[in-house]
Amino acid sequence: MNDKPVNYSHLIQVTDLKKHYNGGDIKALDGVSVNIDKGEVVVVIGPSGSGKSTFLRSLNLLEVPTSGSILFEGVDITSPDVNINRLRMKMGMVFQHFNLFPHLTILQNMTLAPRKLLGLKKEEAEARAMDLLGKVALSDRAGAYPSQLSGGQKQRIAIVRALCMSPDVLLFDEPTSALDPEMVGEVLDVMKTLANEGMTMVVVTHEMGFAKEVGNRVIFMDQGRVVMDNTPSAVFDNPDNERLRTFLAKVL
Amino acid sequence: MTLGFMAALPDWLVNWWTDLKDQFILNFIKDDRYRYILKGLGVTLEVTFFAVLLGIAIGVIVAIIRSTHDKLVTDMRAGIARFILNILNALVKLYLTVIRGTPVVVQLMIAYFVIFSSSKNKILVAILAFGINSGAYVAEIIRSGIMSIDNGQFEAGRSLGFNYVQTMIYIIIPQAFKNVLPALANEFIVLLKETSVSGYIGLEDMTKGGDIIRSRTYSAFMPLLAVALIYLVIVVFFSRLVSMLERRLRNSER
Repeated sequence: MNDKPVNYSHLIQVTDLKKHYNGGDIKALDGVSVNIDKGEVVVVIGPSGSGKSTFLRSLNLLEVPTSGSILFEGVDITSPDVNINRLRMKMGMVFQHFNLFPHLTILQNMTLAPRKLLGLKKEEAEARAMDLLGKVALSDRAGAYPSQLSGGQKQRIAIVRALCMSPDVLLFDEPTSALDPEMVGEVLDVMKTLANEGMTMVVVTHEMGFAKEVGNRVIFMDQGRVVMDNTPSAVFDNPDNERLRTFLAKVL
Repeated sequence: MTLGFMAALPDWLVNWWTDLKDQFILNFIKDDRYRYILKGLGVTLEVTFFAVLLGIAIGVIVAIIRSTHDKLVTDMRAGIARFILNILNALVKLYLTVIRGTPVVVQLMIAYFVIFSSSKNKILVAILAFGINSGAYVAEIIRSGIMSIDNGQFEAGRSLGFNYVQTMIYIIIPQAFKNVLPALANEFIVLLKETSVSGYIGLEDMTKGGDIIRSRTYSAFMPLLAVALIYLVIVVFFSRLVSMLERRLRNSER
């Protein structure tokens, strides 16, 4: 079991991470090294195909890296001996397309994992879920099915579904990219609140406003590499890198 | 009164009616011949029911092996798990090819006269043969259902901490099952009708029962029509039941 507390300097420590396809022809990640500390909000930006989603999905091993190491709370999750399922319970993930379970109600979506994996009783799990639903102002939709919700509501549910497992870090994979413009705000507001509460977050996004306002650090990736890893003001206000300037000129 | 009524009808109609009545009595009432069909119906339902259960059990297992292989094997580290998965996949592929590539009657006869030639239990052999046969078709139906579920569902389950099997059980299979319910129902209807070849191994199912009557009375019309009618009624009833279930499952999402 991996419950023994391990001393570690960074919550997540990624070293020389590589992900190659077609026997090395395509390098989605080409030597990425990043540290993420507790309470940080790290925003990952970059052009499409830059490897930012692959990087994020590697953090909980939805993508299996070709080489390199990822230490999460001091444990190398790429090691074959590690029980990745136990670690994933502590790493929540929010997807671009929500991925709520359509055959379950909102409340069941939120209580399934806590009940089956954390062994919570139905009442406990539901109390926790209702509490979180209140936070995102969706208490009245507990009995609804995902197909009855708007995109913004679905994504807020997806966030609190991840929170139901009380994770140590939340990974966001372009959480607002599939939303209608008028619904982006409500989702970003929830994320801001979480950030203010001290939740560690890694966010892949195209929302530069969010990166500037909420991010502690902005990582700019291009062609599978980290080009810049700095404070938002350093990245946005005086970008001293040609590729970054080209990218920002396109998106801002 | 009755006689008077009959007298008013044309001769050919009265003759036809009398003939029909005689036929009915000859084929079903005399010597309690209806019992052949009734007993046969029991056998048909028994074989179908247990073959369906066996088919589902085999089908789900085979479908999970096949889709697990297709989904995971490229990402797996070389090792004992991948080796086992490859072997299992090759085995079930062989099973699917053989079963789907040969007629069920031939499989039934091979089961009875070759594999279980020492067994006298025709019902059990029929259940095994039809169940194993059905399993191959059910497997492909369920596999297509599993493959039709968006991969995001799978990733969402895994990202919460569910292992592969838990994700399958709690998240993928319930959705897949709902998607393939019409195809599964169709498979069971086919299976019910396919058991009518049980006579090849001398099992007295409903079709064989009707045929026995025909061989006793030398009249084919009544017994065979009765058999056909009973199959039809069961199939229609079952179809109704399935569409009711489908509607209820759909409603739960709206």
